[in-house]
Amino acid sequence: MDYGTLFIVLACVFGLFMAWGVGANDVANAMGTSVGAKALTVKQAILVAAIFEFTGAYLAGGAVTDTIRKGMIDSDLLSTQPDLLVFGMLASLLSAGAWLLIASRMGWPVSTIHSIVGAIVGFAAVGVGMDAVQWGKFGTIAASWIISPAIAGVLAWWLFKSVQRFILDTDDPLRNARRYVPVYMFLVGFILTLVTLFKGLKHVGVELSTLQGYGLAALVGLLVMVIGILLIRRIPFDPEADRDFHYANVEKVFAILMIFTACAMAFAHGSNDVANAVGPIAAVVGVVQSGGLVMQQTVVPDWILLLGGAGIVVGLVTYGHRVMATIGRRITELTPSRGFACELAAATTVVVASGTGLPISTTHTLVGAVLGVGLARGIAALNLYVVRTIFLSWIITLPAGALMAITFFYILNGIFG
Amino acid sequence: MSYIFDLFGKSPVSPLQQHMAKVQACVAELGPFFEAVRDGDWERAERQQRLIAELEGEADNLKKDLRLHLPKGWMMAMSRRDLLEVLAEQDRIANKAKDIAGLILGRHMGFPPEIMPHLIEFLNRCIDASRQAQIAIDELDELVETGFHGKEVQLVESMITRLDDIEGDTDALQVQIRGMLFEREKQLPPVDVMFMYRIIGWIGGLADHAQRVGSKLQLMLAR
Repeated sequence: MDYGTLFIVLACVFGLFMAWGVGANDVANAMGTSVGAKALTVKQAILVAAIFEFTGAYLAGGAVTDTIRKGMIDSDLLSTQPDLLVFGMLASLLSAGAWLLIASRMGWPVSTIHSIVGAIVGFAAVGVGMDAVQWGKFGTIAASWIISPAIAGVLAWWLFKSVQRFILDTDDPLRNARRYVPVYMFLVGFILTLVTLFKGLKHVGVELSTLQGYGLAALVGLLVMVIGILLIRRIPFDPEADRDFHYANVEKVFAILMIFTACAMAFAHGSNDVANAVGPIAAVVGVVQSGGLVMQQTVVPDWILLLGGAGIVVGLVTYGHRVMATIGRRITELTPSRGFACELAAATTVVVASGTGLPISTTHTLVGAVLGVGLARGIAALNLYVVRTIFLSWIITLPAGALMAITFFYILNGIFG
Repeated sequence: MSYIFDLFGKSPVSPLQQHMAKVQACVAELGPFFEAVRDGDWERAERQQRLIAELEGEADNLKKDLRLHLPKGWMMAMSRRDLLEVLAEQDRIANKAKDIAGLILGRHMGFPPEIMPHLIEFLNRCIDASRQAQIAIDELDELVETGFHGKEVQLVESMITRLDDIEGDTDALQVQIRGMLFEREKQLPPVDVMFMYRIIGWIGGLADHAQRVGSKLQLMLAR
């Protein structure tokens, strides 16, 4: 291909910008609840996010990236016209990036996942042909956008109910908190490791048997639990603190748990959202490096995931911390006993989706989890207007992404085609 | 700008508790007011009445503020209507206190010296009722913490039962005072007597409204 290297460079530049955008905007939504519940300071949240977003992107981001780069498009149809795939993917990146800028400027909620998916479906359907899109897969993805908040809501509801039953409603909440919170800590480590191992680690080249998988997950869970117990021991429990609010000391125990769920949220978010930025890069690289062959059966190259992870971290460190601080300041009513339930439910749902290769919105999933806890009467006041905003984002972002991608696609086709 | 940003609404629990604290502060000032009246020190009584009116005004501002910040599109841990009804009952306690002080001061009302100590005892018991209502309302943040479930609910219900008992005490005291006044009413100026009966009824009203704060709170528990 004539412009092969140029295309790769362009793809990387636009993709990096997208990754930066994810780090600058979206990470704050994932970590905001931890800061708001005072489980982490902003600085600690940035550190946690930087480490775990990157790890999640690299270890578990492969499947979703695969879906973005080739899962939605019919490879046979494009095999005779590899150029179109390159232009389309570049156009998608441009479109999603442009939408990121516009929406941020206008104060609209930003959703990278919907703009990328809309863009890819748009350029494929219009630029190539209706048959170029795998409509079944797109349907599954769209369904997952509705189901993931619902599942997170149910999980969060159950988690909060269990906290009520075993800890909050009992005669000695503090004693039961110290007894049972380590169990939740084990769960965090266990569930996340399990899902990551069983679904996500293929491209890292690690193959484990089922037994080994469960064993390693249990080990990680135990490790998390031990660290957690040690941290709990170090808490200064002050009987005076309980006078004004009887559960002040209990919440301190949950705050430790929330440190771990914050890590889980960052990991989950990185695993799912990195694909928004690097999926198209992987597609372009795949075409160029194979000299015009559209579809590779190999897994996504490592360096692409690392690039995406790095981009997210840079975005977080340069701009995202400000958004995180603003959100954290605004959330005053979320206590750790609820916050952890929301985060664990959301993180689990997102990691399962990542493992299954489904690109979903971490933010929407988290909102679903929060609403789940709200339904259990766990939060004083929730603004349901947000649900309307979510519907609007589907209705607006998808067509906007598609339209812009189609435009950019024809422009690129005109220049290079 | 961000969903998570907009998702969490400001909890109405703390403003409701602050309102009740203001109401209780207002009602508590009736004690010194009645002492001034008993001593015939109308200057002191007038200062007290002005303080009571001022506190009632501050409570009103808190009430309006709370109402303004409770939009309809919210999902809350408690029923919005129950919450507003508790607020309204709390408001009525403060209003009653202001009315009592205003009427007594306006007429420079005196009470028969044999009745006065009983009246003050009656008043103090009604202030106790209001205080007990405040204790129950102060448990609201713990109720939200436990999701209106389990031991905390039982604790608050026992507080409400105690509130009912105190209100029962005030009923008995009111009957006693009315009886004492009835025995003497023919020897006293009739118009003054009518107003005395009214004041006795209003003081009892303080405890009634306090008890109703408890009932509305109970509705919130049941949902």
